[in-house]
Amino acid sequence: MSGNMNLSLKVWRQKNAEQKGELVTYPVSDISPDMSFLEMFDVLNEKLITEGQEPVAFDHDCREGICGACSMHINGRAHGPNNGVTTCQLHMRSFKDGDTIVVEPWRAAAFPVVKDLVVDRSAFDRIISKGGYISVNTGNAQDANNLPVPKVDADKAFEAAACIGCGACVATCKNGSAMLFVSAKVSQLSLLPQGKAEAKERVISMVNQMDEEGFGSCTNTGACEIECPKGISLENIARLNREFAVATAASEK
Amino acid sequence: MSKLDSKIPEGPLDKKWEKYKSTIPLVNPANKRSLEIVVVGSGLAGAAAAASLAEMGYKVKVFCFQDSPRRAHSIAAQGGINAAKNYQNDGDSVYRLFYDTIKGGDYRAREANVHRLAEVSGSIIDQCVAQGVPLAREYGGMLSNRSFGGTQVQRTFYAAGQTGQQLLLGAYSALQRQVGLGNVELFARHEMLEVVTIDGKARGIIARNLINGELERHFGHAVLLCTGGYGNVFYLSTNAMGSNVTAAWKAHKKGAFFGNPCYTQIHPTCIPVSGDHQSKLTLMSESLRNDGRIWVPKKKEDCIAIREGKKKAIDIAEDDRDYYLERRYPAFGNLVPRDVASRAAKERCDAGFGINKTGEAVYLDFASNMKYKYGKQEALVKGIQNPTEEQLHALGKEVVKEKYGNLFDMYKQITGEDPYEMPMMIYPAVHYTMGGIWVDYNLMTTVPGLYALGEANFSDHGANRLGASALMQGLADGYFVIPYTIGAYLSNEIRTKAIPTSHEAFETAENDVKERINKFFSIKGTKSVDHFHKRLGKIMWDKCGMARNDAGLKQAIEDIRALQKDFWANVRVTGEANEFNPELEKAGRVADFLELGELMCIDALNRVESCGGHFREESAETEGEQEGEAKRNDKDFMYVSAWEYKSMNNFELHKEELKYEVIKISQRSYK
Amino acid sequence: MSNSELFTSSIAKKYVMALTGLFLISFLVIHVTINSLVFVPDHGATFNTAANFMAHNIIIRIMEVGLFFGLVLHMVQSLILTIQNNKARPVKYAVPPSNDSSKWYSRSMGILGSLLLLFLVVHMANFWIPTKQAVFSGEEHNSFEKMKIVFAEWYFVAIYLVGIISLSYHLMHGFQSAFQSLGLNHKKYTPMIKAAGFWFAIIVPLLFAAMPIAFHLGFID
Repeated sequence: MSGNMNLSLKVWRQKNAEQKGELVTYPVSDISPDMSFLEMFDVLNEKLITEGQEPVAFDHDCREGICGACSMHINGRAHGPNNGVTTCQLHMRSFKDGDTIVVEPWRAAAFPVVKDLVVDRSAFDRIISKGGYISVNTGNAQDANNLPVPKVDADKAFEAAACIGCGACVATCKNGSAMLFVSAKVSQLSLLPQGKAEAKERVISMVNQMDEEGFGSCTNTGACEIECPKGISLENIARLNREFAVATAASEK
Repeated sequence: MSKLDSKIPEGPLDKKWEKYKSTIPLVNPANKRSLEIVVVGSGLAGAAAAASLAEMGYKVKVFCFQDSPRRAHSIAAQGGINAAKNYQNDGDSVYRLFYDTIKGGDYRAREANVHRLAEVSGSIIDQCVAQGVPLAREYGGMLSNRSFGGTQVQRTFYAAGQTGQQLLLGAYSALQRQVGLGNVELFARHEMLEVVTIDGKARGIIARNLINGELERHFGHAVLLCTGGYGNVFYLSTNAMGSNVTAAWKAHKKGAFFGNPCYTQIHPTCIPVSGDHQSKLTLMSESLRNDGRIWVPKKKEDCIAIREGKKKAIDIAEDDRDYYLERRYPAFGNLVPRDVASRAAKERCDAGFGINKTGEAVYLDFASNMKYKYGKQEALVKGIQNPTEEQLHALGKEVVKEKYGNLFDMYKQITGEDPYEMPMMIYPAVHYTMGGIWVDYNLMTTVPGLYALGEANFSDHGANRLGASALMQGLADGYFVIPYTIGAYLSNEIRTKAIPTSHEAFETAENDVKERINKFFSIKGTKSVDHFHKRLGKIMWDKCGMARNDAGLKQAIEDIRALQKDFWANVRVTGEANEFNPELEKAGRVADFLELGELMCIDALNRVESCGGHFREESAETEGEQEGEAKRNDKDFMYVSAWEYKSMNNFELHKEELKYEVIKISQRSYK
Repeated sequence: MSNSELFTSSIAKKYVMALTGLFLISFLVIHVTINSLVFVPDHGATFNTAANFMAHNIIIRIMEVGLFFGLVLHMVQSLILTIQNNKARPVKYAVPPSNDSSKWYSRSMGILGSLLLLFLVVHMANFWIPTKQAVFSGEEHNSFEKMKIVFAEWYFVAIYLVGIISLSYHLMHGFQSAFQSLGLNHKKYTPMIKAAGFWFAIIVPLLFAAMPIAFHLGFID
């Protein structure tokens, strides 16, 4: 078909966490500009399977930009060249015929490679389990409208809550820092009145877990905000810094 | 039908749940600590159930195939969640929500279950708000509502276009809290591949650790399947790539009956297929139909010109456009329920009026509302006298951007076309499956100790689900039903000690799984798993999709059986069993879809009536105002089809009669 | 965790970086103000008076000690953070980070800081040590004359310019970054802080750079 592209892919191949990996070059041809980046990988994999080779493993699920599973570092950028989209929402019309595209997994000590482009992001789950919640058992709740929440706060909380936990912030940060992720959850819950009761313990224990997982620190380069597919703002990191200072200074422990 | 006991409590409908709740046997706190529950799936139903049961003191294990429980596909729900709060003072009530759901389901749901769902709907909102779910608010700080298809009140709570995400993250946070407290053990990247039964009761599962391929045995006094729907049997659907029927199907083969497998919801507003490479379809929220008008050209030559790129939508004169929903359903117009809108689009495209290169798309056009509704309104507000067309367009565009900006951006991202300037192209796509594992009032399947929650069960939506009701049902089952009803079973299990997984039943089950995995690798065929999945999807979509008929379904059953043979002879699964191997995962899932597809067609063939999402061409009104519309047959088909697995390609039908005590059954009309 | 988060956590280390950074910035204000007196056309008289005052005033002396500790803390802490941050990504990307998502100088604070440190060594050897020697020996030190001598050499001018450019970029990121690290972010005020930081990072280094250039070219006598 006219307008279709031939590309050269350099893809990170790594059999498992123990073995060493390397970039392997694969040509792909007849790529339609309407394909998503992952559909282009489907084409590559289909070709590899019919040739008797192992397909490239990569994380993906909803393919509509909300589950946060897909995680490719494309030509030096988390989720590729476009801002505000996940890899699954990146379409091949963003590339040109003849392009060479380098695809790597998220790189961070806290996100070890599982296979090829798949990494283990369970560190995020462990951070959430240390305080990324409001302690309310099922059945505890009062009527939802008994607690008015100013619209401004509700909207800000929502914007922070939009995080999909994909890890692009960590992947793109030169320090492999998870501050944007942690700050988004801390902000969401501390902006809402129902989350204030345990705000101080929350911020301390989540930050402790973040450090324990081996994420780096924030040097405010702002790359995370640019690469975040959901546009989570750096304001959240400032809020985390603020909350943490107050909480640790006031802590009796 | 002795085998099916729905266990619906006695008493008047509106008192059943309340009364039953206070009589269900309880398990005392000390005993809870020694009772173990396996929860498979971590979506709204699974996460909510696991968190709630762990809070109560049970020992819970949660399994999900994704890398994190937060990625379950509940996350993709856009529109909202219904609840009979009546915050808008517009006359909503538990009864109305109950009634709308039954009617929307085309009178094929169980009254008692649906009433319970409506009763607990309000508590769901309370719980979620307490968890910190940022639902939309008004300036006064109170919760905001919007209206949704098929209802006349505003009862839908929402968080922009990401309601499912926010509710799931709420349930996920409750789950992670219990993980942190040590009450829940989490097994991410684990796929359940077998149910273990001992003396007829579900006693655990075999799960494959997807990272290293190891098979693991996990005991549970009860097993909860919260594994979602099976829309991916169609290959192309709005489901996630990983959504599958495997857990439910394994349960089915171990004795759990499958309820109403043919009931599939086809959503009318999805982005059309762009080519053979397509891996998944993306939904555009139903709310767009509030302001978009759906049309195709009246003249075939215009359609052909558009397909060939010689004309564009804006070149078609107003008089040459066929606003077919407004034409056929003047009362509801573009807001007819999902099944009706979907079939109407198919009818036009089948007649040759489709407007993209595949011939399978219709326009969803915002231009007239953008200009003449919002544009004029804004011009009035801003005091602009005699605005030009361009001015109206620009003014209206701002309003539309405010309302649907994220959806328009998503559309542009996927199609490369700007929907502010050109009408959107849409086509129906598989979205939700009302059918699922048959459960009784306690949500227990026909296997004692085995439960099914959320989309995985068949229970509450009848033959068609209303918008914003899936989230409600998943959370209702997880937060407010199972924590009570499981007591009815577990109170009799307090003397059962944890069974060691060296038990021969675990041994046998694990061997069965191993054997099947080895079989995949032994075939060494030439075709990929996806190849078979695509072929299955095409059979299902063509013959068991929006419209079904006797000959087509019979053909489909034959085709699927042939495809099953081809699959087991020619599939190629690369890699090894003892490693991270997505191809192996897919192979297992597609093998199960191949069996399910057959059952769906058998069920569709059996049900010679049109109801909700199931449209049999033989069963349509032939005369009068309703000509061509779906025709139910309440005399012969007022029952739930519950299929029992006998052997490969052999299923036995059991019927659960639906008795309506409160609601008067009538024909749905949207004319 | 015990009472240590306030001092040991990654965020606390950032507070230290920010506070010491802001303290060093405040020093720059004083330094550049006094240095600018060389442009007073009185053959350095005003400048030397001010310089001598700074060299002998007891409060300034105490401040100097604080400054020294602040600088050391800033360096040590940044070293620790850099090591930790390097560990957070043991395997690097094949394609280096893109300038589309962050500014090169925000990613290069360590290198810029190291250049600054090298410059400081030269700078201290040129001016601070002779001043101290003068103070201890009780002699009157003519800083103005010393500057004339040093900046007559082109290579000193070059070293100073490299140091000053490093300073400019270091400030360009560091100024606003310090406020962010301290949690001082606000829709209304942050743009002002960023603008102030930007102009500070331009004007102060320009003033510093003007001196060696002016001496070298003989504009100051």
